Amino acid sequence: MEATLKPRDTRETCDAIQWAAAEERPLEIVGSRSKEALGRPVQTAHVLDLSGLSGVVAYEPEELVLTVKAGTPIADVEQLVASRGQEFSFEPMDYGPLLGRPAGQGTVGGVLAANLSGPRRIKAGAARDHILGMEAVSGRGEVFNSGGKVVKNVTGYDLPRALCGSWGTLAVATTVTLKVNPAAETSATFVIEGLDDQNAVEAMCMAMGSSAEVSAAAHLPGGLDGERPRTLLRLEGFESSVNYRLESLGKTLSGFGKAADVGHEETTILWKDIRDCKPVASGTEPVWRLSVAPTAGAKLVAALRETFPLDAYYDWSGGLVWLKSLDGALWDGEIRQAVADCGGGHATLVRADASLRSTVSVFQPQATPLAALAKRLKQQFDPKGILNPGRMIVGV
Amino acid sequence: MTAIAMPAPDSAVMAKRAEIVKALQAIVPGEGVIHDETEMRPYETDALTAYRQMPLIVVLPETVEQVAKVLRYCHDNDVKVVPRGAGTSLSGGALPLADGVLMSMMKFNQVLDIDFDNRAVVVQPGVTNLGITRAVEHEGFYYAPDPSSQIACSIGGNIAENSGGVHCLKYGLTTNNVLGIEMVLITGEVIRLGGKHLDSEGYDLLGLMTGSEGLLGVVTEVTVRILQKPETARALLIGFPTSEDGGRCVADIIAAGIIPGGMEMMDKPAIHAAEAFVNAGYPLDVEALLIVELDGPEAEVDYLIDRVEQIAKANKAGHLRISTSEEERMTFWAGRKAAFPAVGRISPDYLCMDGTIPRKELPKVLARMRELGEKHGLGVANVFHAGDGNLHPLILYDANKPGELAAAEAFGADILRLCVEVGGVLTGEHGVGIEKRDLMPDMFSEEDLKQQQRVKCAFDDKHLLNPGKVFPVLHRCAELGKMHVHKGKLPFPDIPRF
Repeated sequence: MEATLKPRDTRETCDAIQWAAAEERPLEIVGSRSKEALGRPVQTAHVLDLSGLSGVVAYEPEELVLTVKAGTPIADVEQLVASRGQEFSFEPMDYGPLLGRPAGQGTVGGVLAANLSGPRRIKAGAARDHILGMEAVSGRGEVFNSGGKVVKNVTGYDLPRALCGSWGTLAVATTVTLKVNPAAETSATFVIEGLDDQNAVEAMCMAMGSSAEVSAAAHLPGGLDGERPRTLLRLEGFESSVNYRLESLGKTLSGFGKAADVGHEETTILWKDIRDCKPVASGTEPVWRLSVAPTAGAKLVAALRETFPLDAYYDWSGGLVWLKSLDGALWDGEIRQAVADCGGGHATLVRADASLRSTVSVFQPQATPLAALAKRLKQQFDPKGILNPGRMIVGV
Repeated sequence: MTAIAMPAPDSAVMAKRAEIVKALQAIVPGEGVIHDETEMRPYETDALTAYRQMPLIVVLPETVEQVAKVLRYCHDNDVKVVPRGAGTSLSGGALPLADGVLMSMMKFNQVLDIDFDNRAVVVQPGVTNLGITRAVEHEGFYYAPDPSSQIACSIGGNIAENSGGVHCLKYGLTTNNVLGIEMVLITGEVIRLGGKHLDSEGYDLLGLMTGSEGLLGVVTEVTVRILQKPETARALLIGFPTSEDGGRCVADIIAAGIIPGGMEMMDKPAIHAAEAFVNAGYPLDVEALLIVELDGPEAEVDYLIDRVEQIAKANKAGHLRISTSEEERMTFWAGRKAAFPAVGRISPDYLCMDGTIPRKELPKVLARMRELGEKHGLGVANVFHAGDGNLHPLILYDANKPGELAAAEAFGADILRLCVEVGGVLTGEHGVGIEKRDLMPDMFSEEDLKQQQRVKCAFDDKHLLNPGKVFPVLHRCAELGKMHVHKGKLPFPDIPRF
């Protein structure tokens, strides 16, 4: 018997998980399946579809707090908060275009399960920095609440944060409370053309270390469409402030050559493209997401270029590298070695055929005591191994 | 003495004290093991001074290897360990145990790496919060979270408590500013989480460690994010005829899309105490006083000062001053920053509470708090991180009067229950520790608390690290681990399936 279980509320979600735990039937946990092609493939007879848990529970703009059911489409929620001049500061990316799926899909639960973020990650953090509380069901079929509905809270362990980025392997969120922030009145992008990767990273680090309050820093070695290299620095805020900071950034970075400004509308489109991997989205070749110290990014890419043909671009001031292997090979060993050699970080295989994703480590392998600790945590929350088994790591 | 009971000491461990001292001396040479009563005295309490307990032994390791060996020894011999930073916890997080080793991390006091390009600093856990800023301020940088004890508190302790401060609405808590740690598990295993890069490659154990109150591991190295100091900062000092007006002003500021660097409110008793203490020029005829600090580029700050001034006037601000110099800005803050000692002057003792409430509930909570004060026969002064709803009621009492400490604690518990009742939480930044431990069931169900204890079991299944803190009841991990399954009983007949 194969089945897709589509609970309509927390009680039914709990029933389904209790049944799966009792019968030891693993479940694939899905929302809108927008990130199904990311991570290790989960092969289970049964699917737990949370898209039925949808809707806003409470939205209080003046408290900067939003509570929604986990299966609510993220696009709907973003639209709702935008209608009140607010946003999620962590700017969750949309993996759709990179994974060959339509843009604008995904649920709030999926955003948290994958701990998504965007270019503003370097200033405002990721999903894990904006989760305030959640109701969830563990792999034992126990419903629990953790965190709260206020922006400042240290009561008990920060379980909601720990569940961000756990890819549905520890517990299934049913309702979540997130922090929202006022959206900036306007934005602009400061653009320098023609820098090589190393100089670009230097310019970005200098800008990030200035008082110009840069909210995103990216370098596109081939522009967005194979033109000249472009180094981009985003400024957001009140208009007078943005103008003032554009000028001060110009002075700070005068040594890096001619610069230009891009206005609000173009800035919005530009950073959405950067956020959603447009420079490496075409084709079907493997794509890696590398997180390293900002100054290590360019060195890492230079070292790997000697080994295999690749396309790459930088976000997070050089610390986030999106890298496409042009010959179709994974080069996983070489990439992970290069990350270790440049001071450490992690490499995630974000695009590859399912057959490849089940044979290599999609997520960065961990040192023994840490891997053992992660396993113990999994064992505590999901002793029967029924929640997304193997999605992150074999056996977890 | 007081109502909060600690777990009964293990007499078998106490009887082995000499043996444990010897074993620890073999690991930490010289003066790193303290077992003389007089020398141990400074460690008997933290900043929750109503509670005191002499530890079994104090150990001050100097290397990660020593930390690992001590923990491993304690693990193998079932000896409890209480980690301690600077001992500034307001919730009793570092209160010793009679049968436990107190591990002070204050010899880990070095700044290891200052990396301006990556805006990261690597330090040992005993470095003070302010010490990080001091190490980088010559280049215009600072470390953002600024708990009021920042001159003394250690960064390791900040991680244990997920410390905040007056700037955290805009700049985040400790958890949002820590990039990585090295830590030692109770088994002696050393693990590294994060680094100068962002995001976790697996489960976010760094997020879990931050705010875990010393129950999961001992931090031996910390990497934090540093920021460039804002170009300028200016403040407004605004007095309101009622707390409702003040609360509405705060809501309107945020609704206008303004996130101030700091936004602090004080009630009448706190205003009067502070003014009497430091003569900051606070108006005495107002019910609520708001300090709004705007920081950033000059053009932005000037613009926002005007906006906030308009919003304040629209909300019946009776008294309004805008700082025109750095000196004046500091004067505005002087009273607020001295609020605790100022209250200490008008009352022999005070208890500092730390709940968070949805901001809109402030007038209601203040009114109810006054009623509760009458019921318990005690006064209360309030300072409030207005931007994020974190409330610090200071309960005034006299420990020398029989029954007053107990009354103050009962009043405090009532206030925290009130915070939970209006949709808030027990603690915004001081931690649960022992102080709020027994109130945890007022906020969490048994099922909620079980999940948190399962985290503990993954890290420390023998409950050796800082037991007696955070959780009112310690369940054995073997008991928590049992699965209660209802086999065959739940064919989920009602769930739609395909």
